[in-house]
Amino acid sequence: MKMLEPGAHIDGFTIGECLHAGGMAHIYRVQYTDESMREPFPMAMKVPRMTGGDGAENIVGFEVERQILPALTGSHVPRFVAAGDLDQLPYIVMEYVEGQTLQHRLDESGEPVSPAEIARLGAAVSQAVHSLHLQNTCHLDLKPANVLMRPDGSAVLLDFGLSCHAHYPDLLAEEMRLAVGSPVWIAPEQVVGVRGDPRSDIFAVGVMLYELATRELPFGNPQTKGGMRQRLWMDAPPPRKWRPELPEWLQEVILRCLESEAAKRYPSAAHLAFDLSHPDQIQVTERGRRTRSTGFRAHFKRWLRAAGMHYEPSPLPSRQIDEVPIVMVAVPHYEVSDATLYSLRQAVSRSLGTRPGAQLACVTVIDAGNSSTSDAANSETAVHRRYLGMLRQWAQPLDLSGRAVSFHVLESGDVAQALLRYAAGNHVSVIVMGAATHGLQMQRLLATVPIKVAMDAPCTVILVKQALPFEQLASASPA
Amino acid sequence: MKLALLSDIHANLRALDACVAHATSEGASRFALLGDLVGYGPQPVQVLQRVRLLASAGAIVLKGNHDEMAVNPPSTAQALGEIGAAWTHAQLTAADRAYLDALPLSDTQGAVHLVHASANAPQKWQYVINEQLAAASLDAACEDPAVRYVFGGHVHEQTLYFMTATHKLMRFAPTPGVPIPLPASRRWLATVGSVGQPRDGKTQAMYAMFDLARAELTFHRVPYDHLAVAADLRAAGLPEFFAKRMEEGR
Repeated sequence: MKMLEPGAHIDGFTIGECLHAGGMAHIYRVQYTDESMREPFPMAMKVPRMTGGDGAENIVGFEVERQILPALTGSHVPRFVAAGDLDQLPYIVMEYVEGQTLQHRLDESGEPVSPAEIARLGAAVSQAVHSLHLQNTCHLDLKPANVLMRPDGSAVLLDFGLSCHAHYPDLLAEEMRLAVGSPVWIAPEQVVGVRGDPRSDIFAVGVMLYELATRELPFGNPQTKGGMRQRLWMDAPPPRKWRPELPEWLQEVILRCLESEAAKRYPSAAHLAFDLSHPDQIQVTERGRRTRSTGFRAHFKRWLRAAGMHYEPSPLPSRQIDEVPIVMVAVPHYEVSDATLYSLRQAVSRSLGTRPGAQLACVTVIDAGNSSTSDAANSETAVHRRYLGMLRQWAQPLDLSGRAVSFHVLESGDVAQALLRYAAGNHVSVIVMGAATHGLQMQRLLATVPIKVAMDAPCTVILVKQALPFEQLASASPA
Repeated sequence: MKLALLSDIHANLRALDACVAHATSEGASRFALLGDLVGYGPQPVQVLQRVRLLASAGAIVLKGNHDEMAVNPPSTAQALGEIGAAWTHAQLTAADRAYLDALPLSDTQGAVHLVHASANAPQKWQYVINEQLAAASLDAACEDPAVRYVFGGHVHEQTLYFMTATHKLMRFAPTPGVPIPLPASRRWLATVGSVGQPRDGKTQAMYAMFDLARAELTFHRVPYDHLAVAADLRAAGLPEFFAKRMEEGR
C-alpha cells in the first residue's frame, strides 16, 4: 500500500499528516474538503494495508471493524464518521481522540508505575471494557497499543479488527479459526478458537496490568501454537516474584484476571473495576500472597487436564453481565428499626440471586460534618471505623456463600446524591434501600431520599418495606 | 430504498396486514412477496386481493409450492397441507387460480435475487435448511455476477448465511430488530421467515427489511391477533391442528 499524499482528496476528505504507519494500517489526520462543513470533532482516516504481500487478515480485519465500529456508542470508543468501499478504496474515518496509548506510556519510561496509578489506569480500562461488553461486543485484541488514555484519565479502546459483536455474523469465524489475536495478550480460550467470551478481555486487561506492574510479560511472547497453548495450564509467575514490594491486593487482582479457566476470573469487567477502585476492600487469598511460581507437579497435573479441555461457547455478553450483578444496599445508620434492617437483609439475599458471581456493596452515608480533625474520638478514621463496624454487623447474618462483599462509608450532606454517584461510578446493577425515610405519608409531599434515588438511578431500585413478621410476632407475644 | 421481504403468508390476512403496516412505518419503499401466499390459512381470497393491490403499487410477487398446490390440488389428499390445498382451491375463483398460476418462480433486481425456495432449481422446492443447501442456492444465483444477495422463504425460519473468504458458508441466527450490515464485498443468503405461519414456538409474524443504500438487513417479528386467526380456522371447519398450530406458533 503506498502512502497517501498530504493534500490528496478522497470522498470529500482532505488528507493531512500521517499519524501512524503500521504493519496493519496507515492512519492520517483528515478534514472535510468542503470548508463549509464544520468538523464535529477532530477526525482520522485509517487505511488498511492490503496489497499483494499483506495478509488476508488485514482485509477481514477491515471488514470486521467496518461492521462493528458504526454500531458502538459512548465515550470509550472513537466515533464513526464514514467508510470507503472494500472494492474501491477501503478506509474508515473516525474520531481522532487526543491522548496517549498505554504502549506509549510503557515505552516512555522504564520507571515502575505506582500501585495506586496502576489501579487508576486499570479501573479506567475496565470501565471502558465494560461499556463495550454492555453493547454485546468483545474486543478480543486488547493490548497497550489499543488503549488510549484521555487527558481526563478515562480510557478509549481502539482497533476493532478482531472484535466480535454477538448480534452480527462473525466474519472471522472459521477462516482463521485458531488463535486470532496478539500472542502476548490472547486469552487461553481464544487460543483454542473460542470467540465472544467477555472474560477473554478481562484476561488481556490482566496481562496489561502485569506489564505495568512488573515490566515483564506473564506468558512471554510465544511464536508457536504450542507456546500459546501454555497458558491453558500454566500459571503466570506471581508479580511479587519480580517486585516483592508490590501490594498483595494488586497481585490478587492481576492473577485473578489471568486465571486460565474463564470461570475463575472476574465475572465481569465491572467487578474488576470495582476492586481496582476499592483496593482496601479486596479479600487477599493465597493468590495474592504467593511469591514463587507454581511448581512442576501442579503444572503437570493441569497440563494433563488442559489436553482434554473443552470450551463452551458463551452466552450474550450482556446476558452474562446480568447474571453477576453488583448489588448495592444503602443501610441507614440512625432512627432505624430492627424490622427495617431485617427486611433489607431479606431483599439483599433475594437480589444476589443464585449465581456465585454476584457482588454486594454495603453503603451508608454520614454527614460530612460528622468527623473532626482535632478531636481524636471523632477523627475521620475513628468515625469511619465506627460505621464500617456497624455495616459489618448488619451484614453478618447474610449467607454470602463465598460472594464478595465490601463496606463503604460515604460522607455527604446529600444522601440521595451520594448514593446515586456511587451507583453510577461503580456500575451497580441493583440498589436496595428502605422505602421510607420519613414515613410513607410524607413521600407524597416531599421528594424524599428513596424517591430521588428511584427517579434518577442508572439502574433498578428496590424499595424495601418493613417486613410484617416482626409486628405480628410483637402483637402475638404475651405482654 | 428499503425493500420489505415477506414470505409464506399462508392466507393469513391479519398477519399480512400487520407486517405491511409495520414495514410501512419503518419506511419500506417497495414490497417483495416471496411465495406461499395461500395454503393453511383461512383467508386466501382476501389475501390475494391484498396481494394484487400491493402488486399494482409495484410489489414483486413470486410463486410458492402452496400456490402451485392450490391451483392443482392432489386428487387424493394425504398430508394435512394437501387437505388444506383442496379447501383453498375451492375458495378461489378461476381468476385467482390463473393469477397464481402465472406467477414467476424468481426475480432479480440488480444485486438482489429473490426466490421462494432455492435458486438452484426453484421448481423443486428444496428446503434451504443447512450450509450446503444454502451454498447450492447462492452459487446458482451468483452465476449472474451482479448478484450478492439471495432472499427467500419456504423454511419458516429467520436465518442468515454468509460466505467466508475461503468460500465456505457460515450460518447465523439473527436477533430481531437489529440491523445487520451485509457488505457487498461478500455474498449473503437469508431466509426471511414466515408472515402467516411461524413454527418456532413464537406467535409473532416474521419478515425482513433490506436497506439497499446502507446494505443492512433487519429481521423483524410483529405481534398481531393470532388467536383471531385460530378462531377463523375453526369457523371455516379446517382441521383442528391448523388452529392449534396458530395458537402455539409451531
